[in-house]
Amino acid sequence: MMKVKWNKNSNSYTVLYAAALVVVVATALALAATVLKSRQQANIELEKKQAILAAVNKTDSIDMQPNKRAYVEALYKKYIVEQYIIGGQGERKEGDAFAVDMKTQYDIIKQLSADDLETTRRVALRAQLTLPVYVCWNDDSTCKYILPVYGLGLWGAVWGYVAFNDDLNTIYGATFDHKGETPGLGAEIATPRFAGQFIGKQIFEHGTFTSILILKGGAAPDDPHGVDAISGGTITSRGVEAMLKNCLTEYLPFLAAAAQEPLNDENQ
Amino acid sequence: MKWTLLTDPISKNNPITVLVLGVCSALAVTVKLEPALVMSLAVTVVTACSSLILSLLRDTIPPRIRIIVQLVVVATFVIAIDQLLRAFAYDVSKQLSVFVGLIITNCIIMGRIEAFALGHKPWPSFVDGLGNGLGYGMILVVVAFIRELFGSGALLGYPVIPESWYIANGGFYANNGLMILPPMALIVVGLIIWIQRTIIRPS
Repeated sequence: MMKVKWNKNSNSYTVLYAAALVVVVATALALAATVLKSRQQANIELEKKQAILAAVNKTDSIDMQPNKRAYVEALYKKYIVEQYIIGGQGERKEGDAFAVDMKTQYDIIKQLSADDLETTRRVALRAQLTLPVYVCWNDDSTCKYILPVYGLGLWGAVWGYVAFNDDLNTIYGATFDHKGETPGLGAEIATPRFAGQFIGKQIFEHGTFTSILILKGGAAPDDPHGVDAISGGTITSRGVEAMLKNCLTEYLPFLAAAAQEPLNDENQ
Repeated sequence: MKWTLLTDPISKNNPITVLVLGVCSALAVTVKLEPALVMSLAVTVVTACSSLILSLLRDTIPPRIRIIVQLVVVATFVIAIDQLLRAFAYDVSKQLSVFVGLIITNCIIMGRIEAFALGHKPWPSFVDGLGNGLGYGMILVVVAFIRELFGSGALLGYPVIPESWYIANGGFYANNGLMILPPMALIVVGLIIWIQRTIIRPS
C-alpha cells in the first residue's frame, strides 16, 4: 500500500490533483489528435472523391479493390479532368473547388430560397456564392458535369452529387448520403437503388426548370421529371426534393450558359 | 487470480442480461454485425484500461472529486478510440457516429469502476473490466447477428440469403424491416434474457 502523506480531503490536494490530471490528459489527447489529423483528413477527402466518382457511376467495383485508396485516387485523376468554382451569376471564380464546404453554401442557398426576399438582399447573397463544378471526361469522350447538392433531411444534413450530360438537362448519375437518417427508411436515399432512379431524368421541360420531383406513391414510368419517394421516409424524400430544387436553382445561370455552347456549335 | 472474474460477466453476471446495464447502446449499434463488433471491442478496451488506470490511482484519488476523476479517465480513452477509428476505420466510425462518444456514459464502465476497480488491485480490476466488456460484446454480437441476418439478409455485409429467394426475383422471401428498427433490438434482448434465465440459471 502506498503511504498517503497528503490529507486527501483538503482543498489544496483536490485542486492540485484535478489540475495535474487535466494537464496530463489534455497533453495526451492533443498529441493523439495532432498525430492522427492528416490521416483523418485524408479519409474525409477520399470519401468525397468516392462520392463524386459514384455520381458518374464509376465505383461499382470499388469493394473488390484490395487497395481502395489508390484505386479511388487513380480513378479520380483519370476521370475528373477539371474542377472550378462558379458564382451566383454563373461566372467563374478563383479558388479550390474541392475545398468548398457545401454547408456554408447551403446557409446562403437556404436564405435565397425564401420567397419574400428583397431584390438587393438577393443580389448581395448571390454574390457570396461559391459553387463547385466538377467536370468528368468519360470513356466515350463525352463530358459530364457533376454538381454537389446539400440540404436537410429529417434528423440532419443530407447531401449528394448529381452528374449531368453535356446538354445540362439529362441526369447521367446521382449519389446521395446523409448524416443520420433512419436506417431502413430515410437512410435508403444512400442506396444505389434510390439514386439509380435519377438516371435519364431531366430537370428542364421545354426550357423551364422543373427540378426532379420525388413522388409519394410512385412516379409514372414515363415521367421524365419524377422518381419514387421512399415509403416510410416521407420527410427525408421531401428534404431531397427541396435540396435538388434549391441547389440546382442557384446553378441555373451556369447551366444556361454552359448549355448554350454546344448548341451554337451545332447551328454553325 | 480467479478466472471467474473473467468468465462470470460472460454468463452468470452478464452486464446486459443480468445487470441490465449498457442496454441503450446495445439497441443502437446492433443493426449490422460489423459496427457491433467494433463497438464491443471499443467498450472492452475502455472498460479494461480505465479499470486498470483507476485501480492504480485508487489510493490517491481525492474522495470529493472521485466521480469526476473516473469520468476524465474514461473520457480520455473514449476520445482516443474515437480518433483512432476516424483515422483507421473511417467507414465504421461513420456508422457508429455518436455512439462512440456515448461509450463515456455506458453504465457498465462507471459501474465496474465504482463497484470493483476502486476496491481491488490493478490486475484483477483489468480482468474484471475485460470480462464485462466481453460479456457486453457477446450479447451485442448475438443481437447484431440475428438483426443483420433477418433484417438485411446479410452477415458482415455479405449477402447470405440467395438472391433467387426474394419476392422481387420471383421467390418467397422478404427481409423483415422491423428487424432494422430499434424496437426489435429490445425484443431480441428480451428474448435472450428470457432464454438465459430459464436455461442457464435454473434457480
